[in-house]
Amino acid sequence: MHRFVHLTTVLAAVLSHGTAALAGGTFRISPEVAFEGRFFGEDPLFEGQFDRVQGGLILSGDLRWTNDDRNVRVLIEPYLRLDSQDDARTYFDLREGSVFYRAGDWDFLAGVSQVFWGVAESRNVVDIINQFDTVEDFDEGEKLGQPMLRVGRATDYGTFEAYYLPFFREREFAGVNGRLRTALPVDEDAATFEREGEVFAGDFALRYSNRFDAFDLGLHAFYGTSRNPVLTPDAAGTELAPFYPRLVQGGVDLQYTSGPWLLKLEAVGADTANDTFASTVAGFEYTFFDIRRSGVDVGLIGEYLHDSRDQARAPVTLFENDMFVGTRIALNDTQDTEILAGAIVDTETSGTVASVEAQTRLGDRFLLEAEARLFIGSDDPLVEPFQDDDHLLLRLTYFF
Amino acid sequence: MISRVVTALSMASALALPLGAFAEDLAGLPPEERGYRIMERSDLSDAGFGSSTVDLTMTLTDGSGRSTVRNMQIDTLEKRGNGNGDKSLTRFFSPPDVEGTALLSHARILDPDDQWLYLPGLRRVKRISSSNKSGPFVGSEFAFEDLTANELGKYAYRYLETVQDAATGLELDVVECKPLYERSGYSKLHCYVDAEIHQSRRVEFFDRGGRLFKTLELLDYRQSTDGFWRAHEQVMTNHLTGKATTLRFGEFEFGISLNQRDFEPSILDRL
Repeated sequence: MHRFVHLTTVLAAVLSHGTAALAGGTFRISPEVAFEGRFFGEDPLFEGQFDRVQGGLILSGDLRWTNDDRNVRVLIEPYLRLDSQDDARTYFDLREGSVFYRAGDWDFLAGVSQVFWGVAESRNVVDIINQFDTVEDFDEGEKLGQPMLRVGRATDYGTFEAYYLPFFREREFAGVNGRLRTALPVDEDAATFEREGEVFAGDFALRYSNRFDAFDLGLHAFYGTSRNPVLTPDAAGTELAPFYPRLVQGGVDLQYTSGPWLLKLEAVGADTANDTFASTVAGFEYTFFDIRRSGVDVGLIGEYLHDSRDQARAPVTLFENDMFVGTRIALNDTQDTEILAGAIVDTETSGTVASVEAQTRLGDRFLLEAEARLFIGSDDPLVEPFQDDDHLLLRLTYFF
Repeated sequence: MISRVVTALSMASALALPLGAFAEDLAGLPPEERGYRIMERSDLSDAGFGSSTVDLTMTLTDGSGRSTVRNMQIDTLEKRGNGNGDKSLTRFFSPPDVEGTALLSHARILDPDDQWLYLPGLRRVKRISSSNKSGPFVGSEFAFEDLTANELGKYAYRYLETVQDAATGLELDVVECKPLYERSGYSKLHCYVDAEIHQSRRVEFFDRGGRLFKTLELLDYRQSTDGFWRAHEQVMTNHLTGKATTLRFGEFEFGISLNQRDFEPSILDRL
C-alpha cells in the first residue's frame, strides 16, 4: 500500500509536466499533443492526390532520467503522427531512445538518437548521420531516429567522436494519395542498395570539433550508405524505385563569429560508384539587435549552395547552383514570438521555394505555429512536381 | 571534497582581513579610485567560489499585472586568471515549449562574450552573436548585459556618496559605473553597495539619454556555509513601461564537481 501511494505521488507529480526524484536521479516527463491543418491553394496536379485539406494529430514528448551525478542520462522520445489523407503520413518513429554515460573525458551513447552537424541555415551538407523525415517536412528539417553506438573523448585539442550505425533508415516519401510527391509515386519496397547487407551493412563515422577564439570548426569522415537515394522509374514506368549507393565522404563545417556577423561554410567531398562530387554551402547571417530599443532583433541570412554533380544522374534533392535569402525576426517578447522567412532560388532555372514560418506561445502551455510554402517555376525539375502544392499549415501544440 | 576545503580555507583568510579598517582607508582616496576599490572589494568577497549551481524562477509581469514564469538552472565556473571572465551554463525547464534550451556563455572583460545556444528540437549547437547587449533576455526586463558576469574591468568607476537607506537603515556606498564595452544600452549605472557586507543592494540604470529607466533591487542576501553572499531575490523594474521581472533563487550549491569540460559547447547535446 505504501509503495502504491508513493508511485501514484510520483506519477501525479510527473504527469503534470513535472519533475520527480526517482532512483537516485531526476525524472522528467513532458508529453505533448498537436493538432494541425494543411490547406492547399490549388487542386492537385496528379491523379489520386487528395483535394485541398489535410488534418493531422501528433502525439509526442520526452521522458528523461538523469542521475544525481549528472553523468547518466536516459532519454526517450516517441513520435506518432496520424494523418487524415495520406497513409504514408500516418506513422510512428522513435526519435530518441538512448542511454548516455559519461566517465571523465570519455562518454558513451547507445540506442536511437539524433545528431546535428553544421552551421548553415538553408541546408546542412555535412549533416550525414540521420535520415531526414521528408514525410514530416520535405525541406530536411526533421529527422528519423538513428540506431547508433557513439564513443566521445574530450581533450585539450577538441572533441573526438566515433560512430557505428548498425541499421540504415530508408527515406520515406509521401504516399500515392499525398500532396508534395513526385509525378510518379515512390515504391519504397522496391529499394535497392549497392552495399551487401543492405540496411544491415553498417555505417561508420568520425567527427572532430573544436573552437579557436572566433572560429568553431568541425571535421568529419563517413563510410556507409548514402541517405539520399537516386530515384529511377521501374520497368513499367509507373513508379520510382530508390537506389541507395555506397558513399564515402569527408567534410568540414566552419563558422566565424564577430560582432553581429556570422560567416559560415560547409563543404563535403564525396565519392559514390558513379560520381565524385563536392557539395558546398557558404554564407552569412547578420543581426540588427534591439532595433530602436524595441527589443526586436532582425537577422538577415544569405547563402550560396553548390553541388558539382551532373543533374541527370543525381538524387532528387539537389542544389546545384542556388541562392538562399532569408530573415529571422525575434520579437523577444514574453511569448517568444519568432518569424523566419526565406526563399531558395535556383540561379539557372529560377525555380523557387519560398517559406514563411511564425510561432508564438499562447498562455503557458500552448504553442501556435503557422507555416506558408510557395513553389514557383515549372521548369525546375525539383519544383515542378510541387508547383500546385502551395500551402498554409497551422499547428496548435499543447504541452501537458 | 578537496575543492570545498580549499574554498573554505581561502574564505577564512579573506575574512581575516580587517574590513573595518580597510573601509576607512578608502575615505581619503580620489573618487575614481575609491569607487574602484569599493567594487573591487565586492568582487574579492566572491573570489574562490570555484563553481556553483542554482535553480531559479523568473517571473515576468507586464503593466497590467499578467505574468509568465520561466524556470531555469544556472551552473557557473569561476574564471581562472585575469584575462577572462566566468563561464556559465543556463538551462531552461519552462515554459514547456522551450524546455531543454540551453545557453553557454564564456564571459570576457571588454570583448563580447562567446555564446552558444542549444536548440533541443534540432539537437543543434549554434554559436551566436553576443553583440546584443541592450536587448531583453527572453522577454524579461533584464538585458543581456545585466546578466553577463560582472567583471571589474567592464566599467569605469567613481565614488559618489554614502547614504543611509531609508527603508532598511543600511549604510550604502553609491558608486557610478560607466560601461567601457561597446553597444551598452546604458550611459551609467548607480550601484548601491552595502558598506558592511560589500554586496550590491540596488542598481539604478540610466539610458543613453541619461534618464533613469530601470532599477534592480537585490534582496534576501544569505551567506553560504563557505562564506559567499548571494541575493536570493532580484527585482528589476522598468520605470518607463511599468513592467517588472523577479528572479527567485533556490539554494546555491558551491564547490560542486564541475570543470572546464562541463562548459565546452560539445557538452550541450549531452545534457
